[in-house]
Amino acid sequence: MVHQILFIIFGLICVAGAINLLVQRHPINSALSLVVVMSSLALIYLLLGAEFVAAIQVIVYAGAIMVLFVFVIMLLNAGAEERTKGSHIALLMGVPAVTVVACVVGWIMVSQRHEFGEVGISPTNFGKTEAIAQLLFKDFLLPFEITSVLILIAIMGAVVLGKKES
Amino acid sequence: MVPLSWYLTLSAVLFSLGVLGFLLKRNIITIFMSIELMLNAVNLTFVAFARYWSDHGLKLALSGHVFVFFVMVVAAAEAAVGLAIIISVFRTRETLNVDRVNLLKL
Repeated sequence: MVHQILFIIFGLICVAGAINLLVQRHPINSALSLVVVMSSLALIYLLLGAEFVAAIQVIVYAGAIMVLFVFVIMLLNAGAEERTKGSHIALLMGVPAVTVVACVVGWIMVSQRHEFGEVGISPTNFGKTEAIAQLLFKDFLLPFEITSVLILIAIMGAVVLGKKES
Repeated sequence: MVPLSWYLTLSAVLFSLGVLGFLLKRNIITIFMSIELMLNAVNLTFVAFARYWSDHGLKLALSGHVFVFFVMVVAAAEAAVGLAIIISVFRTRETLNVDRVNLLKL
């Protein structure tokens, strides 16, 4: 029961933050509401017993990536966005289409809920950093090393793209 | 106990809102943030299913967490490169409105 109440609270905060992201005109307000969405998602991960994932969600997503976003918004001095013809067409076509898709998916989930079963507060020794590290450095060692190369390429790409042309 | 379908529905709603933001917003940075929202929604599905399959062996279940880790690494790399591209677009065009950025060529 407590679990369900906590899920509903954090889920509502998530959805409210996501809607606020769409409604706000100024990008800095959108960025801050995205931080709210990511933080409450981290709490939902804790409800699912994913301690490590919740920690890196806060550190990497809500911390590092969003700081980068806010930094770029301030660097470019981004103002409020203007409405154009293209955005009116997207409003007319996009909102009904996305609403229909969300309703169909939600209806399938609710009508098939007995097929899926339930998840509770985690047992001990699930989602611990040690167990994930064992898996990451044994079974997924090659993908892990490849991601380090990917990060290196991303750093070099960011430097090359951000460099001023002389 | 929370039904798994609640988590999946929340994930679907967040993903839909991300798609909507991608379609509606005209600021290139906000569009980029909508993509991050969609990635987060997918991550929620991974973690929910990881918890759901935790009775079928720890290794199978924790693979979901490892996958979320990789998604976050790719998202971080994507954010770094994407924001560098936005800065370079702003330098040449002096605008962040996607309607005015309709050519790849400089």
